[in-house]
Amino acid sequence: MPIRDRDGSNIWQRRTSRQQWLSWFGWLLLVSLFIFCWRLMNENTLWMFVQDAPRQVIDITDRMTPPRWSYMERLWKPLWDTLNIATLGTLLGITMAVPVAFLAARNTTPSDRYVRPVAILVIVSSRSINSLIWALLLVSILGPGLLAGIIAIALRSIGFIGKLLYEAIEEIDHSQVEAVLATGASGSQVLDYAIVPQIMPAFAGISVFRWDINIRESTVLGLVGAGGIGLELSHSLNTLAWPQVSLIFIVILGTVVVSEWISARVRHAII
Amino acid sequence: MQWKKPPFIANQWLRYGLLVGVVGYLVLGLNSIEVNWIRLWDGLPRGWAFVSGFLTPDFLSRGGDIWEGIVESLTMTLTSTVIGVLISVPIGVGAARNLAPTPVYLVCRSVIALSRSFQEVIIAILFVAMVGFGPLAGFLTLAFATIGFLAKLLAEDIEDIDESQAEAIRATGAGWLQLINYGIQPQVMPRLIGLSLYRLDINFRESAVIGIVGAGGIGATLNTAIDRYEYSSAAAILIIIIGFVLLAEYLSGFIRKKVQ
Repeated sequence: MPIRDRDGSNIWQRRTSRQQWLSWFGWLLLVSLFIFCWRLMNENTLWMFVQDAPRQVIDITDRMTPPRWSYMERLWKPLWDTLNIATLGTLLGITMAVPVAFLAARNTTPSDRYVRPVAILVIVSSRSINSLIWALLLVSILGPGLLAGIIAIALRSIGFIGKLLYEAIEEIDHSQVEAVLATGASGSQVLDYAIVPQIMPAFAGISVFRWDINIRESTVLGLVGAGGIGLELSHSLNTLAWPQVSLIFIVILGTVVVSEWISARVRHAII
Repeated sequence: MQWKKPPFIANQWLRYGLLVGVVGYLVLGLNSIEVNWIRLWDGLPRGWAFVSGFLTPDFLSRGGDIWEGIVESLTMTLTSTVIGVLISVPIGVGAARNLAPTPVYLVCRSVIALSRSFQEVIIAILFVAMVGFGPLAGFLTLAFATIGFLAKLLAEDIEDIDESQAEAIRATGAGWLQLINYGIQPQVMPRLIGLSLYRLDINFRESAVIGIVGAGGIGATLNTAIDRYEYSSAAAILIIIIGFVLLAEYLSGFIRKKVQ
């Protein structure tokens, strides 16, 4: 217990003076790094614009209210498209993620040395690149439309589902595998009877969770041309139709809340 | 009679109902995709150009832009995480049921809900409209998103603390601030540091995205490269992003292990 001697009486302290100096130095380092970054970042900032921000806020809120409710009738189709991008993208992602997960899990991979690193690399690259970036790439390759959105969502989902699923596979109870093996079962029978039943609840939970995230992400994919409600958002922003923008925001918010509720209910039912 | 595996969904009606529902949805959903096969065929060489771009990434010809974008992204990430953490600590304390009075609790919880419900990209659009193009808008976006994430998890953590330690501090006659400092903070600090590092990692990833709507960072550079069909530069940028994400993930994992 660190104790400081002051005027002959011992006073309790939380840290020794060495710890105190170290933490003080750490904070100093962080603050100076922050100031350095802040100055570097704002080299080109036009503070005139920034000073104007409060007026802009008032101006934009003024233009956004009231939302143009009559615009809703043109939003149903893009909304349906958005749901399709998220759902079909999730399904496509699942079909690609499952084999990758089995190849990446230590206990099911055919080769720890050669196949596993490749599967892990697939998972990592898919995870580090946001679906919006995938969409940007795919729109320039496949052309604008739902297909680019679906594939973008699928590619991003591989990493997420693959990672969580392979961790679930690695955590299974090995004695069940052994029991099935002891009956003389072949490799695929072991997979079917010993491994799959154990990971099924986790798998369903992960998929629904990812679907929920994908709904969120698919609402903005249209900004880069990949279809859905984001496309309408992009049109409305480009034409400065702020009452439409606010309606789209409300629709997106509603969709996200509903999908989150569904996903929470389903996961609750499974687990 | 032969033994059969029990089905995953026990209720027969639910099982077949779900199956019919899924098939019906797939028919409807797949029909709504309109694929322009001619455009797709035209795109194939471009797809190939992208794949070969990955094999021969071009770091140099847009080297200056890439460097600028990375610097913007990194500075944006650090400043927004620091400010976001600073703001989310009081909000997180206010959103903890066992510390805050009900009105404060409700206000803080609604701030969290507001910040969590919108995608970073949408927030970025609004901030770009307010303060103009550039990394400052990105900084504001990421800081705002950090508040929702961190304050929520911090509040949950504070609600889960060991109450007896707080009570022991209270019994010494400590004031509210002393209670926070000696009874609560030591318990939540390791997790707060871990979460901040995790958020630093997320903020870097997001900084690569919000540039697409004009909020600065490497995303803007990437967007330009793809718009110009410069796939080798785009591939180089993607490789750099993946590298940084891996590095950040590894480092934050390492530090978190040390702290906890």
